[in-house]
Amino acid sequence: MTDWSRAVSTRPPADLAAPLETVTGNRGLQIEEGLIFEQGSPGRCGVDFADPPPFEARLGGLERQGAIGLPGLSEPQVVRHFTRLSQKNYAIDTGLYPLGSCTMKHNPRLNEKLARLPGFADVHPLQPVSTVPGALALIDTLAHWLKTLTGMPAVALSPGAGAHGELCGIMTIRAALEARGERRSRVLVPESAHGTNPATAAACGYTIDPVPGNPRGRVDLEVLQRKLGSDVAALMLTNPNTCGLFENEILDIAAAVHAAGAFFYCDGANFNAIVGRVRPADLGIDCMHLNLHKTFSTPHGGGGPGSGPVALAASLAPYAPLPWVVHGEDRLELAEHKVGPTEQAIGRLKGFHGQMGMFVRALAYMMSHGADGLRQVAEDAVLSANYLRARLDGDLSLSFAGPCMHEVLFDDRFLKDTGVTTLDFAKALVDEGYHPMTMYFPLVVHGALLIEPTETESKASLDQFTAVLKALVAAARSGDGARFHAAPRLTPRRRLDETAAARQPILRWRPESAHLQAVE
Amino acid sequence: MTTLRFTKDHEWVRLDGDLAVVGITDYAQSQLGDVVYVELPEIGRRVEQGKEAAVVESVKAASEVYAPVSGEVAEVNEALAADPAMVNDDPMGDGWFLKLRIKDPKELDGLMDEAAYKRLVEEQS
Amino acid sequence: MRYLPLTDPDRQEMLAAIGVDSIDALFADVPHQARLDGLLDLPRTMGELEVERAISAMASRNLAAGSVPLFIGGGAYRHHIPATVDHLIQRGEFLTSYTPYQPEISQGTLQYLFEFQTQVALLTGMEVANASLYDGATACAEAVMMANRLTRRGQAILSGGLHPHYREACETYARFVGFEVAAQAPAPSGGEDLAGLIGRDTSCVVVQNPDFFGEIRDYSEFAPICHEAGALLVVVVTEILSLGAIRPPGEMGADIVAAEGQSIGNALNFGGPHLGLFASRDKFVRQMPGRLVGETVDADGRRGWVLTLSTREQHIRRERATSNICTNSGLCALAFTIHLALLGETGLVRLARLNHAAAVRLAERLERIPGVQLLNQAFFNEFALRLPRPVAPVVEALAEKGVLAGIPISRLYPDRPALADVLLVAATEMVTEEDIDRLDRELREVLS
Repeated sequence: MTDWSRAVSTRPPADLAAPLETVTGNRGLQIEEGLIFEQGSPGRCGVDFADPPPFEARLGGLERQGAIGLPGLSEPQVVRHFTRLSQKNYAIDTGLYPLGSCTMKHNPRLNEKLARLPGFADVHPLQPVSTVPGALALIDTLAHWLKTLTGMPAVALSPGAGAHGELCGIMTIRAALEARGERRSRVLVPESAHGTNPATAAACGYTIDPVPGNPRGRVDLEVLQRKLGSDVAALMLTNPNTCGLFENEILDIAAAVHAAGAFFYCDGANFNAIVGRVRPADLGIDCMHLNLHKTFSTPHGGGGPGSGPVALAASLAPYAPLPWVVHGEDRLELAEHKVGPTEQAIGRLKGFHGQMGMFVRALAYMMSHGADGLRQVAEDAVLSANYLRARLDGDLSLSFAGPCMHEVLFDDRFLKDTGVTTLDFAKALVDEGYHPMTMYFPLVVHGALLIEPTETESKASLDQFTAVLKALVAAARSGDGARFHAAPRLTPRRRLDETAAARQPILRWRPESAHLQAVE
Repeated sequence: MTTLRFTKDHEWVRLDGDLAVVGITDYAQSQLGDVVYVELPEIGRRVEQGKEAAVVESVKAASEVYAPVSGEVAEVNEALAADPAMVNDDPMGDGWFLKLRIKDPKELDGLMDEAAYKRLVEEQS
Repeated sequence: MRYLPLTDPDRQEMLAAIGVDSIDALFADVPHQARLDGLLDLPRTMGELEVERAISAMASRNLAAGSVPLFIGGGAYRHHIPATVDHLIQRGEFLTSYTPYQPEISQGTLQYLFEFQTQVALLTGMEVANASLYDGATACAEAVMMANRLTRRGQAILSGGLHPHYREACETYARFVGFEVAAQAPAPSGGEDLAGLIGRDTSCVVVQNPDFFGEIRDYSEFAPICHEAGALLVVVVTEILSLGAIRPPGEMGADIVAAEGQSIGNALNFGGPHLGLFASRDKFVRQMPGRLVGETVDADGRRGWVLTLSTREQHIRRERATSNICTNSGLCALAFTIHLALLGETGLVRLARLNHAAAVRLAERLERIPGVQLLNQAFFNEFALRLPRPVAPVVEALAEKGVLAGIPISRLYPDRPALADVLLVAATEMVTEEDIDRLDRELREVLS
């Protein structure tokens, strides 16, 4: 009998040579992929249609002349192209995404299945309303859940994303003030606020008056009270705030804002910390946008689409943007014009009725969790962030003492004299297989690192993350600068030249650039 | 001898006849990082001392450049559109931003001279 | 609960590590009056099967387009999406990834957005496009605000052919952001004189092509008139597929194009999420809203992509941003990119021809019905018909018979009785001969 097994070695070689320079530039499964424009062939097509029989066109003589310039690819090429592209992306499905204020929780696939039901996906927004009672029922049910969770009597569902919701909120506030015959000119915004807050208020013609934080990381109530006056339209507050802290003086804040005749707007980006445990209405909030793509798990999709419904107090409800889903005599109706109860609505903010696809996903998420599950979400989110705080306090520099909510804020004091910046630290984390935490935000501390684990991380995942951060801190302190300054080294691309991209913007492929690609 | 003065916001101004040449200092450009774009005012615009006259952008930030003295914009440095890096490479010379036709040269008296500005920078670093 | 990995032993360990007895201690900052001790009045947790049943029940109460003939357009169009598209966008690395702020680990997203920007520029005939906005209507409002910034003027003229939702969105923004819009009356038979309205405070004129009633016009002689008066020409396109057949706005002299991209890659979804397209001239790029992806090289000299010109945006400029926009329509843009990659030049042109052919066949049949009049001189895949009586009850009656016949203009213009007898009808490649026969037959019956 011949012993075949001796011919084949089953152990790796003892001497490992230097990293391999490949012919293709590929590194095993990590494959270089050009643009579709560099792979097209004229006439090739990835879809099969028959040409229509000859007919007389009625395009008014305005037929397109000349080629558009789109590349022709077959289906296999398209599948391979986008598959390869996907493999260069980090995602929640890949690993922990500790981005503060983004709430990168697991995106359930049930949501995707239900959003694709023909009864939702293959329904036209302008079908006769009598043919879509189920769509209106879904919207109404979602509205009921959001109203119950926030304690507010009304919710505007049409805004297309969080920032759009902020715009909606500020517009309803201005409409309410105008209905009172008042023109106020200032909006108060904490210095720690997300950039969309002042951008939104400024877009609506308000002057931004920043409110500093106190040494405990909360809004300075005294300064706020001094800044309030009869020319203040609103305070825009995030709660928990962008430092991950609950505004414990919020009832006093609300009272002061209302005493000045102003409105209390809350940025609901951090709702994940309190959902099911606190209702914003009970905090004196008049207006709060929610991010369905944060708290309610609709997928981030590489940057969108989102959905930003706005919960409204009774004082602002009449101004909600169109359309409204209203309870008619014996069925749900869609109010699309300013008539009767909708007379004072601020009008439309976008086309059609809102981000229906995201409504289905969010409702599936809410129903899956239920009242008990959602409360558990907030508790686990807060627990996980505090666990990281307790384990990392001392390794990283905690910006504010005491418990945090669903996210924890560190600053770059722990990197003092190491020559490593927050940016370098984050890039080294990338080599370790993690997406970095939110960096350099909020602006109220230096070199901020804002970590939000969310409730969908296992304890093992949190422990591993903690271990990696501790090891990196030790490496920075021991002078291992190269690990940080050269990072990332193991990713599809290393650090990119953002200066060149801004100085000489190349924002599209052009046929002439084909020769430059060949030179590479 | 040309008068060179500095503001606490790290702008410099140099009197050249009745025109005041304005730019940002070497310290400012080093803090800003790579300059990618400069937004310059229109010729003829009136600016007030201490108010925004231009905006200088890096990749991650946009900073206001305040007029060190009041005046009317007579000239702007068009070359910065094609080569914003000049602000980093030669902030006191070729990286100038604008020239103002000024009314009141006495406004310069309230500004720092080179020695005072050097001390300010040392304190801030 | 299936989405929550922490077990009770985990929670106990974590509380001990933190040094507190219970989770309540971590909520100590919440004022007593605001603490919810019990559960809110909502159903408890449900398994997948239960949730599926509950939500499917709602879905099944809707008349889905796949089961009946559908002739509805009006800014959202039913097209066939190849199976490949949905499979690819559901890859977790696309579906569950974040905005590409860390470019080294987001090259997939950045590269497809760069391809998307190129496709949009090519389709519209413009020099540069952004990485998408929420939808066509918000893109239109953003276009007007950009024109205001560029011209330093504050009045926009809106053609009567502009989709009413787009007009309404512009009016809302105008009221609160602080500019004026002069919206012209809808005129299905044409005859609008926009040139005469341009004044010294006009920042832009907004036209739609094909317009809301489906009419196609040549704006190449109108563009110079705008420019001579110091105003910009904004062209809106609600059926992006039309650009596979007709001359694009860029060739007509448009300065900004605001469009709806839903037709390529994206389902109707009862109106959202859809896909705003935005394109303009290179010289205006710093005033463009939304995200932009740019090409560059990495530390090894290899080509890569990054978000760029970010200083326009809210996270840097805050109150001085060009717009407050944060998100784009990411996954919808990806679906567009994939679908258009599959179509390519040949496929897009052929698909557009199929659409126009279906609409021409349908128009020829319907205009032969006694009392029915076709109002368009030209059209792509949508046109307007005048019926011998008010349209809304006719459409309702046809819906009851299982035919979704189009849009009664009165639904969008309830205060214009003169338009109550106008019906907007669309026909895409999804419309069959049987569908056309059915509509012809049922419409004749209802009208007799």
